[in-house]
Amino acid sequence: MFGDYSISDLGAILAMQGFAGLILFSVYVLMALGLAIIFGQMGVINMAHGEFMILGAYVTWMTSNAVQHVAPWLFPGYFFIAMILAFIASGALGMLVEWALIRHLYKRPLDTLLATWGLSLILQQAYRSIFGAREVGVELPEWMMGSLQATDSIQIPINGMFVMALTMLITIAVAYVLFWSSWGKQVRAVVQNRVMAGAVGINTEKVDRYTFGLGCGIAGIAGSAFTMIGSTGPTAGQLYIVDTFLVVVFGGAASLFGTIASAFSISQTQSTLEFFLSGSMAKVITLLTIVAILMVRPQGLFALKVRK
Amino acid sequence: MSDETKPGLKSPLRRKLLMGMAALPAVSMLGRPAFADVPATSAVNTTGLAVTDSEVTVGILHSVTGTMAISETGSVEAEKLAIEQINAAGGVLGRKIKFIQEDGASDWPTFAEKAKKLLVNDKCAAVMGCWTSASRKAVLPVFEQYNGMLYYPTFYEGLEQSKNVIYTGQEATQQIIAGLDWVNKTKGAKSFYLLGSDYIWPRTSNKIARKHIENHLQGCKVVGEEYFPLGSTQFNSVINKIKLTKPDVIYAIIVGGSNVAFYKQLKAAGIDLSKQTLLTISVTEDEIDGIGGENIAGAYACMKYFQSLDNPNNKAFVPAFKKMWGEKTVIGDVTQAAYLGPWLWKLTVEKAGSFDIDKIAAASPGVEFKGAPEGYVRIHENHHLWSKTRVGRAKADGQYELIYETADLVEPDPFPKGYQ
Repeated sequence: MFGDYSISDLGAILAMQGFAGLILFSVYVLMALGLAIIFGQMGVINMAHGEFMILGAYVTWMTSNAVQHVAPWLFPGYFFIAMILAFIASGALGMLVEWALIRHLYKRPLDTLLATWGLSLILQQAYRSIFGAREVGVELPEWMMGSLQATDSIQIPINGMFVMALTMLITIAVAYVLFWSSWGKQVRAVVQNRVMAGAVGINTEKVDRYTFGLGCGIAGIAGSAFTMIGSTGPTAGQLYIVDTFLVVVFGGAASLFGTIASAFSISQTQSTLEFFLSGSMAKVITLLTIVAILMVRPQGLFALKVRK
Repeated sequence: MSDETKPGLKSPLRRKLLMGMAALPAVSMLGRPAFADVPATSAVNTTGLAVTDSEVTVGILHSVTGTMAISETGSVEAEKLAIEQINAAGGVLGRKIKFIQEDGASDWPTFAEKAKKLLVNDKCAAVMGCWTSASRKAVLPVFEQYNGMLYYPTFYEGLEQSKNVIYTGQEATQQIIAGLDWVNKTKGAKSFYLLGSDYIWPRTSNKIARKHIENHLQGCKVVGEEYFPLGSTQFNSVINKIKLTKPDVIYAIIVGGSNVAFYKQLKAAGIDLSKQTLLTISVTEDEIDGIGGENIAGAYACMKYFQSLDNPNNKAFVPAFKKMWGEKTVIGDVTQAAYLGPWLWKLTVEKAGSFDIDKIAAASPGVEFKGAPEGYVRIHENHHLWSKTRVGRAKADGQYELIYETADLVEPDPFPKGYQ
């Protein structure tokens, strides 16, 4: 297929394709981070993850409308406000859900699957009743649209760069919180041995609530960021849930590094295959490869070594 | 057809006359509907449908919950508007339409179950409903077994014809061929990149498009054809391929949430739709609401109706719709097609002089609706509609600007020879 094209053409495409892969990588990491915390650290199978993301997207939409009406001069920067609000809204809802639902199910992890799936249906219908069944269009400030003209033939999407930067920032923040802060140590202590953690004076209930809230809050930020590249509707969260679980499970639950490595390998395989094959075939082959690898390594790419 | 077929909307004078006439016999016939020409129920309903002296029941069967609610909401709204207008104009054979609405919940077995309920329990005289082909395929056996009548609004892939269905949207060849001819002729397009979501409608439509490009358009070729799973949100790789192959036309049949992702990413990747021709058959004004007009401005769409159409019918229809459903609502191709359903049924019933399904099915071919917002339409022998095909150009405000329309009505051809 390359016979007819010049070297510079091919070089440009290669560069842009490289960026396409990196953007996909960032998208995967961003949507999986929240789940990696909730599923990986707490063992809760949160099927409503996508709906927490969409809550973030709706918050962004409302912020955009509000800013346009109340303070149009703020519009170019509204996205940052929207992301913070999305984090707060999704995080607060997450903590509420943890209190009302999840905390009763810590001893029955499989039941969290059903409970959160039910929750996802409830949330979808709630969005439909509140915001209407139709998709909403989130208006972006002018500077976030379009592309950077790197050379004559290389264009790099600005929103992709934005997602990449955001992902890096959040990943570093999460890694810091989990691995270096004292609160992160408490979280990991609770995950490894709830009873002992309680015995040494850690308020396990509080830790659980904040951890769940943090995971949902990050989902909210992800949802807010994805208004730049995807749709915002009551059921749009469903588009992300399968890929999200795939990334987390393939990476090995409970390992933040595994999540990142798995997002990288899946996104690169996917975008390379998409270039040479068609979209549907790329997905099929990616999934088959993942299934094959998981058959050999059921614990995922990187698993914590825990004494059972 | 006599002037019976004119919608009441357009002729207030006639309505006044009718009402005046109706008042005369009402004096002597207390308890009967106040219309002169109301035929006896036993005469117009010989098969036990839900028809009384004053009322007739129809069903509305769409998804108001689940994934498809995004698309089907507009159809429900249009059908309710049509029913209200028909009732205001005197009903059908003197009977007011009462509707029973069921929710298909975006789940095909549920559609079949609810269809059965509407036909068997509620004895609906007609059902307006379904949106996806999958839902239509699920209810088709039910309608054929229990002999019901379905008015189906969506443009679809064709390859189907039933005594029990009237297809008020366009089938694939009506929508595709005229658009390709137009883009070839006016834009001098020679190379096409076909894209689609991965299911029956885009695949069948692209098959027709490819045959037409390769066999009927001089010197034209398809430089790429690709499908994406429903719900895909990442299109950067294919956008790069498009940049590499530089097609004259991107021919896109992407649906649902993927649409939004595709156009946003296209714009972000620096593809300027005012320079790169893009022709779609899947983006109506409804979809633009989610995509954002600024992301799709400049793209061409080929279908039969745009909200911006400038004709008297449409100028009455759009304000009526907005009055009922809110100033901000938009009206897409399918919404308009859904609006035709109740009207066509009314006209057919009046032509047949009966609510019986067999008589309606037989009377349908030739029924004309002059009050259609898209302009005059007529039912073909094959139960599809003769309609014009139009090309519009998307503007940043979310509306289409009409660029081209076929001179004549395009004949529906659900089983196109040489295209399969």
